[in-house]
Amino acid sequence: MSTVLILADFASEKATKATVEIATAGAVIGEVTALVLAPVGKGAAYAASINQGPVTKVLVIESDDFVRHGVAACADALAHVIGQISPSAVLVVSHAFGKEVAGRVAMKLKIGIITDAVDVAADCTATQLVFGGSTTVHSKVNEGTAIITVRPNTISANFAAATPAIENTTAPLSDCSKKATITSTEPPVKGGRPELTEANIVVSGGRGTNGDFATVEAFADSLGAAVGASRAATDAGWYPHSHQVGQTGKTVSPQLYVACGISGAIQHRAGMQTSKNIVVVNKDPEAPLFELADFGVVGDLFAVLPPATE
Amino acid sequence: MVFTRLFGWPFGLLASNLGHMKIAVCIKQVPDSWAEKKMVGGLLDRTNVDAVLNDLDEYAVEEALRIAEAHGGNEEGGANTVTVISMGPERATEAARKALSMGANDAILISDPVLAGADAVVTAEVLANVILKGEFDIVICGTESTDARMSVVPAMMSEKLGCAQLTFASKVSVDPAAKKVSITRVTEAGVDEVHGEFPCVISVVEKINEPRYPSFKGIMAAKKKVIDVRDFASTGAQFTKSWSAVVDSAPRPPRAGGVVVTDDGTAGQKLVDFLSEKKLI
Ligand SMILES: Cc1cc2nc3c(=O)[nH]c(=O)nc-3n(C[C@H](O)[C@H](O)[C@H](O)COP(=O)(O)OP(=O)(O)OC[C@H]3O[C@@H](n4cnc5c(N)ncnc54)[C@H](O)[C@@H]3O)c2cc1C
Ligand SMILES: Nc1ncnc2c1ncn2[C@@H]1O[C@H](COP(=O)(O)O)[C@@H](O)[C@H]1O
Repeated sequence: MSTVLILADFASEKATKATVEIATAGAVIGEVTALVLAPVGKGAAYAASINQGPVTKVLVIESDDFVRHGVAACADALAHVIGQISPSAVLVVSHAFGKEVAGRVAMKLKIGIITDAVDVAADCTATQLVFGGSTTVHSKVNEGTAIITVRPNTISANFAAATPAIENTTAPLSDCSKKATITSTEPPVKGGRPELTEANIVVSGGRGTNGDFATVEAFADSLGAAVGASRAATDAGWYPHSHQVGQTGKTVSPQLYVACGISGAIQHRAGMQTSKNIVVVNKDPEAPLFELADFGVVGDLFAVLPPATE
Repeated sequence: MVFTRLFGWPFGLLASNLGHMKIAVCIKQVPDSWAEKKMVGGLLDRTNVDAVLNDLDEYAVEEALRIAEAHGGNEEGGANTVTVISMGPERATEAARKALSMGANDAILISDPVLAGADAVVTAEVLANVILKGEFDIVICGTESTDARMSVVPAMMSEKLGCAQLTFASKVSVDPAAKKVSITRVTEAGVDEVHGEFPCVISVVEKINEPRYPSFKGIMAAKKKVIDVRDFASTGAQFTKSWSAVVDSAPRPPRAGGVVVTDDGTAGQKLVDFLSEKKLI
């Protein structure tokens, strides 16, 4: 059976749900080996957090260069391991970091790269949704190993317990990677709510909140949802930029997306159009987002949400 | 990689020794975001839609101009130059012209039928070779092209060039004398302070600045600026073969028309009914 290498994804030192998703996608192609890149002293803990999903082996590399030199150092290590184990495919989570690592590896090894897959078939054909979700595309790497980045929350994860074999290894750092140095890192502020890209339900507020997100948050909490925002809301400083949904924010594909006081600019749609169900609450019956709504309410969000919250 | 290792990279040696900077901005012409896009034969149909300068690249042009202006300018007799680099069909000269009318000095367009359908690896290879020959100190990109939406080309160019990757910058500080660049990187992973030296590849997020509108004077001046159109062979890039390709594509069925109600005081309840009917609560 062929081997599939996944680059394990971590948040707060734990493997994310997206890691289980790419493992699930990889298991369709072959036996899954997960690569763990951890700071010195953290390798065992990181590896131990890969306890779900169809993973048969975990390779651990510990180095502080991953913290100091970021994307480039991680790409060095991933490329090195690909060279050693010649997997038939490499799967990485599709976020800024994952895509950049994949890009550097593709360039280094001269292999094909496909980004933002929502599904991967046994022959490594990737399914992508392009043009704001209006078109389905199947793409394939013609020869050699394919490196594919997979969008979070699009593959239904196999959470079966995993007891992979754990092995430690090392990888050299290239001179090129030393050329950019990270001197400080501030992790995103984690609230009590689910992570935006992982959540089953996302409730977002826009300019229509007029700066008051309490109503949106209360509704989100009643559904166990993550809270998102339009750029109008993040630009105004009403909500942190890390919660922006859209082309220059996050791309979400939850089961349910509720847009409150958001008009539906193309840049906002780009980040939420592939949600399974879309609910729109907006005062203006002409708001373009109603075109995407499975259920729409023409009304004041401050009047509609509180009774629904109860 | 072989290329850089054999010949080294005498990047901007002359220019930056004098405290002058050679700045390159990579821009892409893309179909208008609002235009209806279609696939034809595995490629995006670019002939029947309005093409514009990728809006995220306008921030890159603006940042390049601001950096130049903060350190001696880029007008005639100024210390620095801002060169626009683009790979695309001949009509991409329009996007280049827009960047020139904002204030860039000159442009290079790599246009060649062999590059039609180029994937990210080929794009980065070609652009990196042009940058290498141009001996630029700083290369500035957008974070994403609105058609390909890959967000990989800047990182890939930095890999190919063997230089610092300073991407997803919400703030850029340049010290031309020390040849140092520092950025604030903002991504889902948080906020990082990242430092590097010339030469480097930067990409800028849209929060970084407010791109200027070309002035009438700028538009007139741009008509006289040079757009150097080059073919693939002149770049010195090693290959045109794309690794990845589209197998097939199909429009997705439009979303089934939803229900829209006007609030008469009961919409909150109707919303809850909809959610429970769909088993979402
Ligand atoms: C390069 C670039 C990148 C961008 N990236 C993004 C991005 O990633 N994400 C993003 O979201 N935007 C992005 N934008 C901005 C985008 O174009 C829009 O400006 C933005 O999405 C508008 O936000 P909004 O819908 O909240 O505000 P508006 O368009 O002002 O809409 C507010 C809506 O709220 C309604 N409303 C007002 N009061 C109430 C009330 N009490 N109850 C109910 N409804 C009410 C109004 O009828 C209106 O429809 C980008 C723009 C550019 C140029
Ligand atoms: N064909 C191209 N010509 C010039 N620059 C490009 C081209 N493709 C991508 N870029 C640059 O790379 C950035 C990221 O593009 P992408 O990786 O395609 O999302 C863009 O914002 C541009 O700055």
